[in-house]
Amino acid sequence: MNQLINSILVLLVLTGFMLLSSSRLAACIRAIAIQGVLLGILAIVIQVGQLSVAGVLLPLSSAIVKGFVLPWLLFRAMREADTVREVEPVISYNLSIIAGTAALGVSLWLGHRLTLSNQPPSSLLVPAAFFTSLVGMIVIASRQKALTQVLGYLALENGVYAFGAAVALRLPILVELGILLDVFVGVFVMGIAIFHISREFDHIDTDKLRARTARL
Amino acid sequence: MSSGSLLPLILAVVLAPLMQAVITRTKSVLAGRIGQPLLQPYRDLWKLLRKGAVYSQTTTWIFQMGPTVGLASVILAMGLVPFGGSPALSGFTGDFVLIAYLMAAGRFFTVVAALDTGSSFEGMGASREVTFSALAEPALFLGLAALVRQTGHLSLSPVLASVSTVTWRHAAPILSLTLAGLIIVFLAENARIPVDDPTTHLELTMIHEVMVLDHSGPDFALIQYGAALKMWLFAAIIIGVAAPWHFGNRWIDLGAALGGMLVLGIATGVIESSMARLRLLRVPQLLLVAIVLSALALAL
Amino acid sequence: MTALLISILLFGIGAAGSLIVANRIRWLTFVGAGGVILGSLTGIAPAVRAALGAPPQSLRIAWDVPYGSLYFRLDALSAFFLLPIFLICALAALYGTQYLEAYRGRKALAPSWFFLNVLAASMVVVVLAHNAILFLMAWETMALSSFFLVTFEDDKESTRQAGWTYLVASHIGTACLLVLFVLLGRANGSMDFDRFSASAATGLLFVLALIGFGTKAGFIPLHVWLPEAHPAAPSHVSAVMSAVMIKTGIYGLLRILTFLGPPQAWWGWTLCAIGLSSGVLGVVLALAQHDLKRLLAYSSVENIGIIALGLGVGIVALSAGAPFIAIVAFAGALLHVLNHALFKGLLFLGAGNVAHETHTREIDRLGGLLRRMPGTGATFLIGAAAISGLPPLNGFVSEFLIYLASFRGAISLDASGSVPMLATLSGLALIGGLATACFTKAFGIVFLGHPRTEHAETAHEAGPVMLVPGFVLASGCAFIGLFGSTVVQSMAPLISTVTGLPRISVGENLVQASKSVAIVGYFAALLIGLAALLSLARTIALSRRRVATAETWGCGYANPSPRMQYTASSFTQPLTEIFGTFLQTRQIFTGSDQLFLQRAEFRTHTDDPYQRYLFRPLFHGISRGMNSLRPLQQAKVQYYVLYIAITLLALLLWQVS
Repeated sequence: MNQLINSILVLLVLTGFMLLSSSRLAACIRAIAIQGVLLGILAIVIQVGQLSVAGVLLPLSSAIVKGFVLPWLLFRAMREADTVREVEPVISYNLSIIAGTAALGVSLWLGHRLTLSNQPPSSLLVPAAFFTSLVGMIVIASRQKALTQVLGYLALENGVYAFGAAVALRLPILVELGILLDVFVGVFVMGIAIFHISREFDHIDTDKLRARTARL
Repeated sequence: MSSGSLLPLILAVVLAPLMQAVITRTKSVLAGRIGQPLLQPYRDLWKLLRKGAVYSQTTTWIFQMGPTVGLASVILAMGLVPFGGSPALSGFTGDFVLIAYLMAAGRFFTVVAALDTGSSFEGMGASREVTFSALAEPALFLGLAALVRQTGHLSLSPVLASVSTVTWRHAAPILSLTLAGLIIVFLAENARIPVDDPTTHLELTMIHEVMVLDHSGPDFALIQYGAALKMWLFAAIIIGVAAPWHFGNRWIDLGAALGGMLVLGIATGVIESSMARLRLLRVPQLLLVAIVLSALALAL
Repeated sequence: MTALLISILLFGIGAAGSLIVANRIRWLTFVGAGGVILGSLTGIAPAVRAALGAPPQSLRIAWDVPYGSLYFRLDALSAFFLLPIFLICALAALYGTQYLEAYRGRKALAPSWFFLNVLAASMVVVVLAHNAILFLMAWETMALSSFFLVTFEDDKESTRQAGWTYLVASHIGTACLLVLFVLLGRANGSMDFDRFSASAATGLLFVLALIGFGTKAGFIPLHVWLPEAHPAAPSHVSAVMSAVMIKTGIYGLLRILTFLGPPQAWWGWTLCAIGLSSGVLGVVLALAQHDLKRLLAYSSVENIGIIALGLGVGIVALSAGAPFIAIVAFAGALLHVLNHALFKGLLFLGAGNVAHETHTREIDRLGGLLRRMPGTGATFLIGAAAISGLPPLNGFVSEFLIYLASFRGAISLDASGSVPMLATLSGLALIGGLATACFTKAFGIVFLGHPRTEHAETAHEAGPVMLVPGFVLASGCAFIGLFGSTVVQSMAPLISTVTGLPRISVGENLVQASKSVAIVGYFAALLIGLAALLSLARTIALSRRRVATAETWGCGYANPSPRMQYTASSFTQPLTEIFGTFLQTRQIFTGSDQLFLQRAEFRTHTDDPYQRYLFRPLFHGISRGMNSLRPLQQAKVQYYVLYIAITLLALLLWQVS
């Protein structure tokens, strides 16, 4: 069981690095989608032994929303804005990966130091949650495009969700509430962000075209 | 020094070019061609060994030292690598450090031999080689450290001997992360796609091939053979982790490992057929990912 | 001990003699170099004996200086540092006899010989001194004499600038040492080293020692004087400074550690962190340099980083109660001290030959020197391979020991102990790879290919006197590479002095560790043998076939020129690009991007980032602050009297209240 949880968490961390290292927006969106699905599975797996109907349905619906609905919206936004990759990040991708490694180190240390009242099922759970939030922050701070910023918010939120799963294992109501809140916040952020994206991309697009014709 | 077996060394010396043939053959089949015969690398080596040589006027004895030191170092490193349950010829505490640094010594002399020609193309290749290997080295060491930590041994033969299906059941995430890191290092060190395209014909895009442009005849044979052995060496370590079956019978174990090598060769061919070479600027990022994978394996 | 005093005396005679015969060049060279060489030869035998475990000797002569005494003590730790001092000083003096010929008539040579003798003597006293006052005096003499040696070519603005940087940095370090020794002395009631023992604030003392000695050793960010001073000095002086003088910083740190009692884990963490940053940044900065000697200076920072990594691992292991790991790590670090003295001395002397014959140190202006300077080239190649830590040479042996310790630590220590170990081994791997890049560049661009300028085209081999030191050092590198296990085993008295562990158990542990080193030695020999065998086979095979010579393949381009070769800057460009964030390389392009080509120029320059972003603003700030005090200085006596009166009044009020 622990193996499975650990594997999920490792994949969660790796998707974090995928988000940091890829310049293609499609790959970033996919990373976030995978994170959503992984977290859904994680929330179910953690409860094994005391499964309830709600305990399965809620994570499941959250996984569907985060893994399929939101990515679908994001892909649509991407197509509408006609943009494929993040062009000029504030810090280079190499440096993003290094920052990610540093974040991983910090989260492991924090996870080592932090003592929770109830023992999480895996020693990696808290660090992975921290790390995912930190990745979100790095992405928000270091990327220019509105779409990638939204992805950063989503990663941040995924980290919070994972942390919730770690802390509130034996408080199902809290989990449910948290998940509902998460989904709400996710959609809310999306709504605002997509509005921004379409506005922002309108003129970025033309800029880009002008620059390209000038170079030709 | 534990008593070792000559078998891994002999197998490597005999079969190393075959692995390259398997990769080429896989690529041909996937591209819809029949491909060259599996023994073609041996014929090529034999042909080169019987030829004369052409040396550039610019070069000195350094140029002639490159291939010999390169091959000598990789043969000696092979003496420390176990294969299929048979321990290596020699093994001692910390032998994997020597393996890595023997390879580095070979690389050092290959690089200065390339610079000896005064060709800007070879300088370019040399520059890329040292850049990428400088980043591959920490990835390799972190990967080894993860294995060492998992098994508690400090010598490659016992490390690989104690990786078993049981270890995999206990520590699948750790081992698979390590393995992923090692495979990236394998592709980078052996100049395969996505890091370098061994079949490209444009000097500007090459890494390893362009460094040896001016070598010819027996010198080139030594280089080609050294490259084959180096690939076998990394592959043997990877198979030692990835195919951890110990049946108790030496020959069955060997067969399993050889099968593993075949699968790895085919897999490399598939990767080469299905991927494009990365832009050179992106290669460091790939190697950083390898470092991260190994570091993550250590953190677990 | 008497022999060592005689050796100091001989240095003194050399110094005084070179002032006396200042105007007779032949005599001057004879006396000046003779003093250093004879003094070193006299001292080397007792140093070897003591390093191998002869009982410590001490000698105490009363001295009028308050708290001071002429208290010398020769134990294994002192003796181990004496070895490279004597060896490198003697070789450098020999080298200097011919190197300084070029300045004959243009420069007064007497001061140079005088200060070389003084420097040698002061370094010997520094490692022998067992009294803080004596130590500090020798330390200061060492700093000043090397300052005057650095500013030998004082007609150059850049040299004077380098000298000042060195002097200021050196005194910041000395200030910390002064505080350190005063604190230790006050707590123990004596300034003698053997009365010093752990007092309350060991953490503070450690930090003071780290800054004070780290400045001399060149820990980042205290290294800024090093890349300025080493290139400015004449090459044999750079060799002495880089190979041995900066090691006195390591000596001092180790000596203080023996006073401070059981080390704490965070000291080791700190040293590992310093080692990691010095090692990686040192080699990355070395990569970006265009000046051969500046490159070597930065590479000294890198190697000091490797030594610090070894010490850090050792201290972490000591504090975690893992004696084997600690012993192996200290052995690696200390062996690296010796190794670095050998190959860095070798490389600086080689660079001196190049500069002497071609009159330039710009790597991109050289090329093809191996044909013209075969002896220098071959020894430089050995030095380059050794400093990259490659078998079959000595650099690998010491790095191998540090790797061994950190791998063992990564397995057996708990989480807090294994993190510095893992950082060390991945850092060492990165440093190794980057050092290979750096020194393939240094050797390849300078010695291989076509000459890029006329300077390089017309170069000749240096004279035998300038070649012999290189051969001696190169054979030293090969010796330790092949027979490292013997050397490691003989380090038991030294390690036992440093760690305070009993000598017998240290010896047993070292014997165990040296088993691996012995096999490494076999492999080194096998590598040489196998490569020679393959070369022989190739030569025999080709002897009966057609061997042609042709132009280098230029991909069909028929009219190549030497200027088209890859340059050092282009060779390292991918790496400097990757580490661009740390380097902040400035690119200056003049020319136009219009359709028709015009004369264009492109240059890159990498400043020291710490110099640029830390120290320059800091000192500017200080000088601005001081300037704001200017109005106080009115050059009127009345005001000064007033200031005195106010000060007295303030003091009185403070005392009364």
